[in-house]
Amino acid sequence: MAKKLNIKDKYRLLTRDLDWEYSYEDRKEAFPFEEFEGIKITDWSKWEDPFRLTMDSYWKYQAEKEKKLYAIFDAFSQNNGHLNVSDPRYVNALKLFLTGVSPLEYQAYQGFAHVGRQFGGVGARVACQMQAIDELRHVQTQIHAMSHYNKFFDGFQDYSHMHDRVWYLSVPKSFFNDARAAGPFEFMVAIGFSFEYVLTNLLFVPFMSGAAHNGDMATVTFGFSAQSDEARHMTLGLEVIKFLLEQHEDNVPIVQKWIDKWFWRGSRLLTIVAMMMDYMLPNKVMSWKEAWEVYFEEAGGALFKDLARYGIKMPKYAETIEKEKEHISHQAWWTFYTHGHAAGFHTWIPTDEELDWLSEKYPDTFDKYYRPRWELAKEMEAKGERFYTKALPQLCTTCQIPMLFTEMDDPTLNSFRDTVHNGERYHFCSDGCKDIFEDEPEKYVQSWLPVHQIFQGNCGGPDVENVLSDFYRMNLGEDNMDMKGSPDEKRWKQWKGVA
Amino acid sequence: MTIEIKTATLEPVRNTFAHIERRFGDKPATRYQEATYDVQSEEFFHYRPLWQPEKELNDPSRTAILMADWYDFKDPRQFYYGTYVQSRSKMQEAAENNYAFFEKRNLASHLPDSITEKLIRYLVPLRHLEHGANLNNMYASSYGYGTAITQACLYNGMDRLGIAQYLSRIGLILDGNSGDALAEAKLVWMNESIWQGIRAAAEKMTVTEDWFEVLVAQDVVLDSLMHDLIYNQFDQWLQDNGAQDIGMLTEFMQVWNKDTSRWVDATLKIAAAESDENKALLEKWICEWKGILLEALAPLADDMLGGDALSQAEAALDKRLTKAGLFK
Repeated sequence: MAKKLNIKDKYRLLTRDLDWEYSYEDRKEAFPFEEFEGIKITDWSKWEDPFRLTMDSYWKYQAEKEKKLYAIFDAFSQNNGHLNVSDPRYVNALKLFLTGVSPLEYQAYQGFAHVGRQFGGVGARVACQMQAIDELRHVQTQIHAMSHYNKFFDGFQDYSHMHDRVWYLSVPKSFFNDARAAGPFEFMVAIGFSFEYVLTNLLFVPFMSGAAHNGDMATVTFGFSAQSDEARHMTLGLEVIKFLLEQHEDNVPIVQKWIDKWFWRGSRLLTIVAMMMDYMLPNKVMSWKEAWEVYFEEAGGALFKDLARYGIKMPKYAETIEKEKEHISHQAWWTFYTHGHAAGFHTWIPTDEELDWLSEKYPDTFDKYYRPRWELAKEMEAKGERFYTKALPQLCTTCQIPMLFTEMDDPTLNSFRDTVHNGERYHFCSDGCKDIFEDEPEKYVQSWLPVHQIFQGNCGGPDVENVLSDFYRMNLGEDNMDMKGSPDEKRWKQWKGVA
Repeated sequence: MTIEIKTATLEPVRNTFAHIERRFGDKPATRYQEATYDVQSEEFFHYRPLWQPEKELNDPSRTAILMADWYDFKDPRQFYYGTYVQSRSKMQEAAENNYAFFEKRNLASHLPDSITEKLIRYLVPLRHLEHGANLNNMYASSYGYGTAITQACLYNGMDRLGIAQYLSRIGLILDGNSGDALAEAKLVWMNESIWQGIRAAAEKMTVTEDWFEVLVAQDVVLDSLMHDLIYNQFDQWLQDNGAQDIGMLTEFMQVWNKDTSRWVDATLKIAAAESDENKALLEKWICEWKGILLEALAPLADDMLGGDALSQAEAALDKRLTKAGLFK
């Protein structure tokens, strides 16, 4: 009778033992990117497999999940599931998701495929390969989930083209471009650890919870289906950080620098989620501030306590970030509201109940700083003077977000920073973004800043309207402008039989 | 008789995404189309990669093959993630039944020692070669251009990991889970002269820069020759020598090869048909790698099968190449 192998030994034989020592070529040429970042790997065999999943089990489990998921998608479209969402405004959160987030899943596939080929350690490689194929799954199932919405609502139809060009979409796009353009270890700290392990509950999860609270069965089913994939990705992210820190003490300051950078980058990126949670979900899940407290301050705080034994500290600017939770969603939605003619989704003034909810959730800031703006916007709208700004916003060179943020100690004062590099002046929204630039100026001077590109005449024109319709391929009067009076709203009323 | 359920029909505003409509017209699209075409970002990248500053993040010039449209590489199987895992799940279910049956009936104990030795010498070392195939297809997936071809390379890369794991399980069946057969087969792979040319070629592929060349060397030339030698000719020899049960353990590879060849052949044909320059380049790569690999495989083919085994494998490869429109 054959003896039973324990799962660790079996996985080692089925995976780790497949690689071999090269005799005929220089192994460094086959895995050339392991040294230039300064990270020291002394022994890949110390890698602890974060999950031990062989391909046969992977195919089996994933196929079962896909079968169930697509059965729901089919039922959803057969029964016009979009009619069950809480309010047609909700669908705009999905537009933001498909144009802003799904293409990131694709970039995650590409990034993990790259490190899944380039790491010299077979255990790390295989784990990254599995994440690569999962990420491809996510982008494709998201496209399929949104496919039905695209048939009935505006703003989804050119998501891929828009992701490459539209001003606010350069924020998520450049975030992932930045990580992919980095070396393999920084990529893992940026995406595997900071993004997947620490911030996923603040990005992916709020959209899925938003779907659950707003009657969107297609998206929430996708969310549930992706949950076990995400759990695997989180264990990989944690293993990466521990492995790097345990390999060599010289890695610690490098990893700390990346953590500082990517938490700041991440918190900036999450501005769109903050705004989505507080303003775009008709049925609220929780406020951005609450989400930040639960998922970052509590969960993240515990994590960093755990990492302290390696000499890792809380990310730089954690205190600034803590103050920002009171402000960023309001500042961002106001910016989109006033640039609503240039957005690929609809914007609107919160209802009175929603304004009250915001007052309740943000007792220290909303009534004082933000509610008066909305009261003014309401007055103007009532007079038939819905406000749209004519100006194009200045963008931060690092995070590429319009300079909409204020000093956190004085929310009436916009925050501007700048630095001169090779005789050119560069502008930033914050100390965090300025520091990131100054650490790697040669990287960030390359930023394809959409507003600069428009002014340089690289996006068509001559007017902003031409840029929007020809270069961005927005259907003006359909995809953009206020929710009120939009074709989306008209169709919804027809479907529901209300005037 | 049919029954008719009355459902509310809402007229859609559009049939599919705009980029799909631009390619295929205003009509409902397939899931393969929506999951594949124009999904990859193409322009206005923000930063050059630190690890390859002369290229963009997504850059068609990582191969010398030129395509007017990289989405010409339609996968005849129309695999997107969902259909891919469904297909492999069915195959693994059959494989699982075969392996379970083989183990339950303890069929390994019926094998004469001489056969077990041959399996350890010829079949089990392939797990390392499959690991090389995993690296090479991942390379093409990460450096390639356009979702149509890069997703297929990713699926192929994961397939090769799966096959390496099945081959490892064969070793474990032969050694009663001690791992001795795997250790022995690895020594054979590392040291025996019959494998050294092949190992050198496998290492060379992982330092070859052009991803399309890597794809051609691995998925066309090496896979074609190796499949014929191992899963056709050696399989036949096993059948003729009372070891036909092994076929239960390699059925996955047989089915897989048939499936994957459809994609590989289509890919080769599309690249060659694009231009005379592509065709000439493919022929040049194939000639070079065929030269390397025929020489590398000769000792193994002689030792394992003798006779004209290698020329048979070469003929099978040539037939494929002609079908793809090459060398004529």
